[in-house]
Amino acid sequence: MNEKKMRQNKLQITIIFIVILLITYLSAAITNFNFLDSVLTIPEAIGWMVSNLMITSETLDRMPSIMDKLLETVFMSIAATTFAAVISLFLALLGSQTTKVNNFFSVLARFIASFSRNIPVVAWSLILLISFGQNSMTGFLALFVGTLGFLTRAFIESIDEANQSSVEALTATGATYFHIVNKAVIPQSLPQMLSWILFMVETNIRSATLVGILTGTGIGAMFDLYYKSMNYQVVALITITIVVTVILIELLSNQIRRVIL
Amino acid sequence: MSLLQVEGLGKYYNQQTKVLKDINFEVESGEFISIIGPSGAGKSSLLRCINRMVDISEGHVVFDGEDVGSMKKSELRRLRTNIGMIFQHYNLVPRLTVIENVLHGRFGYKSTLQGVLGRFTEDEKEKAFELLGKLGIADHAYKRCDQLSGGQQQRVGICRALIQEPKLILCDEPIASLDPNSSKIIMDYLRKITNEMGITCLVNLHQVDVAKEYADRIIGLNKGEIVFDGPSNMLYEDRIESIYGIQKRELITV
Ligand SMILES: Nc1ncnc2c1ncn2[C@@H]1O[C@H](COP(=O)(O)OP(=O)(O)OP(=O)(O)O)[C@@H](O)[C@H]1O
Ligand SMILES: [Mg+2]
Repeated sequence: MNEKKMRQNKLQITIIFIVILLITYLSAAITNFNFLDSVLTIPEAIGWMVSNLMITSETLDRMPSIMDKLLETVFMSIAATTFAAVISLFLALLGSQTTKVNNFFSVLARFIASFSRNIPVVAWSLILLISFGQNSMTGFLALFVGTLGFLTRAFIESIDEANQSSVEALTATGATYFHIVNKAVIPQSLPQMLSWILFMVETNIRSATLVGILTGTGIGAMFDLYYKSMNYQVVALITITIVVTVILIELLSNQIRRVIL
Repeated sequence: MSLLQVEGLGKYYNQQTKVLKDINFEVESGEFISIIGPSGAGKSSLLRCINRMVDISEGHVVFDGEDVGSMKKSELRRLRTNIGMIFQHYNLVPRLTVIENVLHGRFGYKSTLQGVLGRFTEDEKEKAFELLGKLGIADHAYKRCDQLSGGQQQRVGICRALIQEPKLILCDEPIASLDPNSSKIIMDYLRKITNEMGITCLVNLHQVDVAKEYADRIIGLNKGEIVFDGPSNMLYEDRIESIYGIQKRELITV
């Protein structure tokens, strides 16, 4: 019986594997993607990178202005995330099964969350670009909207996971809604929520570069500028500073997480 | 007049199944009553109708002379301050300290602002420590609740109910997640609450022997109907069979 089941499992895995291979082959054929050709271009590409992306002392002169833009981008990401976090908290309290006020607001909050989450941040940038034009407000809003949806959903899960039983108990003591939310739900879920906020700050600093290219703000705009003027040394320098910043922020938030959880 | 009267109580969560059917009983002040019955009989639903954690579908629950079913929001709050509740899974806020969890029992007496600001009087704090002392967990007052054992957490739950100064305490399977030793400690405390403070207790249990040992009176539920209501010492073997169904007999004695 057991052996039969194991053999069945093996068969299943083999079939799945073959199907994946088939799909890969088909997609490559349909999109004219030739694996061998692309592999052959790799050495050439690396050669190009080495010769064109060298950072010289001349490019280092641009460091102050790069740092300036980088800081602007980091702060924009943090601001967009914290603003979104505040609104998300309210939406999550309304949307959660444990703390909802009524079904109408619960559905509405969930709808807003899934609407803003399911449109990629790039699409948001382009949509907002039409109405707000190329300025930092557009970049901020694009990050804000995407974050709002994600954090609302994450907060709803944190609340539902941690609080059902204590909310029931406090309701039974005659506590009011605000007592329960302030003195039980938020203290219990706050570390989890902060952790999500930190995660979103990291993500947003990464996407801020892309959003910046589209909306002409921050480090993204600078990247775009030098890229288009074919000054690839500076492009390389910008890329490296972004990578270093993201890594630093990640280390920092891991540290914070360790303290609060 | 009796503390609690349940008259023709019916409960359904959806139209198809009636969870409680025509439940009638009265509870005098100072009684210690155990409700027993198989899983799904409606024990939890019955307790939750008494403090209106779920809505009453039919009939009346009268507590201290007032009809629970027709209460508005503010009246309901006042009702709930008079009725403590103890849960199988303790239902504390795990990240908060023991003393904070105990003081949560005072929220029913506070305005929203007082509660949100966490204003507790010296009297209330003193009372909280006194209760923790009585339940033998004063040493843990500043520990986080998730660092306590199950039995200790349940004692925090009892303190939270007692600080409400209730007339009635509803216990929904208070010992179902505890080992025999901790179970005995908790049941002893509950019995003491009734004996020494005169607080009425309604305790859902699924151990018949525990019910017979501690309760003055036992109410047996089966499929939403009362099939036994009488003094514990009148609960003979044949009545247990009628509560649980004959096939359950072996399960109970194991
Ligand atoms: N919130 C709810 N919504 C719908 N049905 C419910 C709800 N709560 C309980 N029920 C149903 O009502 C019936 C009685 O449940 P109840 O929890 O009162 O029984 P119980 O005697 O406490 O059982 P147990 O010993 O398993 O705790 C069950 O069939 C259950 O499925
Ligand atoms: Mg139950």
